Amino acid sequence: MSEFFSMGGYGGYIWGSYAITAIAMIALLVATLRSLRNSRIERDQLEAVLQSRRSRRNKKAPKAP
Amino acid sequence: MHRFAKPSVFLKLTDPLLPWLSGATAILIAAGLYFALFASPGDYQQGDTVRIMYLHVPAAWMGLFCYVGMAVCGAMSLIWKHPLADICARATAPIGATFTALCLITGSLWGEPMWGTWWVWDARLTSMLILLFLYLGYIALVNAFDDPERGSKAGSALALVGAVNVPIVKFSVDWWNTLHQPASIVRMDGPTVDPSMQLPLALMILGFTCYYFVMLILRVRLELNERRIRALQLSGMFDERSPGQNTDTPSYDAGHNAEASQ
Amino acid sequence: MNGFLAILQRDLRLALRQGADSVMVVAFFIVTTTLFPFGVGPEANILARIASGVIWVSALLAAMLSLERVFQTDYEDGTLELLTLSPVSLELLVLGKVCAHWLTTGLPLIIAAPLMAVMLNMDQDGFVTLMLAMLLGTPALSLIGAIGAALILGARRGGVLVSLLVLPLYIPVLIFGAGAVEAALLGISATAQLQIMAAILLIALAATPFATAHAVRQAME
Repeated sequence: MSEFFSMGGYGGYIWGSYAITAIAMIALLVATLRSLRNSRIERDQLEAVLQSRRSRRNKKAPKAP
Repeated sequence: MHRFAKPSVFLKLTDPLLPWLSGATAILIAAGLYFALFASPGDYQQGDTVRIMYLHVPAAWMGLFCYVGMAVCGAMSLIWKHPLADICARATAPIGATFTALCLITGSLWGEPMWGTWWVWDARLTSMLILLFLYLGYIALVNAFDDPERGSKAGSALALVGAVNVPIVKFSVDWWNTLHQPASIVRMDGPTVDPSMQLPLALMILGFTCYYFVMLILRVRLELNERRIRALQLSGMFDERSPGQNTDTPSYDAGHNAEASQ
Repeated sequence: MNGFLAILQRDLRLALRQGADSVMVVAFFIVTTTLFPFGVGPEANILARIASGVIWVSALLAAMLSLERVFQTDYEDGTLELLTLSPVSLELLVLGKVCAHWLTTGLPLIIAAPLMAVMLNMDQDGFVTLMLAMLLGTPALSLIGAIGAALILGARRGGVLVSLLVLPLYIPVLIFGAGAVEAALLGISATAQLQIMAAILLIALAATPFATAHAVRQAME
């Protein structure tokens, strides 16, 4: 097992490059998902605010968004 | 064509695609990792370090693939003025920049044990470095405008100019490199690709490509949301300024509609 | 053609009236070049070895420094908007502005370059080639740089941005420009490099006005 991890003495380089690649790809994914969620929440809030403001003014039943 | 730019259409098209693509990414990369790390032999010359190739080559491929993608988007935006083309190019840039940087980092981690140096001014390495600079320039340009749409358009033009320039840069760097080739301590041609290495390599390339498309879909959605938010904020300001005026909710593919909702 | 000449004349007259622009570019070039001996040491051999590269890199930076002004002032005072509306083709007008930029920055650099070459102890064999290469290279720098200058119109932090955009695109000119001088210093004919530089210049002359004009129109939308 330790032989597998040492990779013929080059373990640091090999595992290092796999780790960096994994970290970068996962970080990009997580950052994108997080800002996607935040943007979705902000968009829905804004839509709700505008919708209620408009329906109050028009004295009409709020339309479905 | 232009109806694809509507987020509802984009969502309808990509929603069923997304789980399949995500699944394919996970399976392909998992299988690729298994073959790359366990079920493939080391190179007879380079030993186990050849396993870095299974990351390095796909990352290099993705770096180039993303740039070509951006240039194609730039051309589409120029010819058909398709709003989604700008958004796609903009969404691709960070992914491409990440892969190009990964290619350089893994290449350097491969070079240190094999050639005894972290960096050589080899033609291929230098070209990848310049590609990274082009990505960074694009990202900086696109984000430098208050109006994101203007930024995306300028970015598309830059991507096209860059794409025309890439072959010239590549040629000149090759020429420069052959002229300045240091005494050949460094054998630059990588290992000849053995059939047992082709499988993990192909799996990783496919996996990375699928990962790109998953990220593209997610990032395009993010861009669409942000445009929508911007349009809503603008129309909200109009509402407050003139309460008597009734404005329709601006349609989804906003930007243009920021003015249209006046 | 009249439009081209008119804009060229106007830009030259503006540059001459302000005067400082060309002087600043040349001063920047000389100061940058002077920094290198402090960095690498005053040994004549080393300086002679790196002279062509140093001169080219400094010229690149100096030419880039003045790029932002090509369109920025006209953009701010609305002249550029009038130019896009004029019946004369915008490509031609853009070419006129680039031409003026080259005459006010590229040309002084070519004249200042041999001076710095002497100070860096460059062999005299390289002088003619250096000036020829700069004569072919600096117009290409102005042409390519104008695209960057047009793209950043209306952007925040335009000055830094333009260098990030334009410098990677300058690499071919740098490689062949320095290569030509190096070949001449080694006693080999530099014709090949100069021909490639001429080709780059012709391609830039044919293609970049369209890209620049496109970018200017975009900025005006």
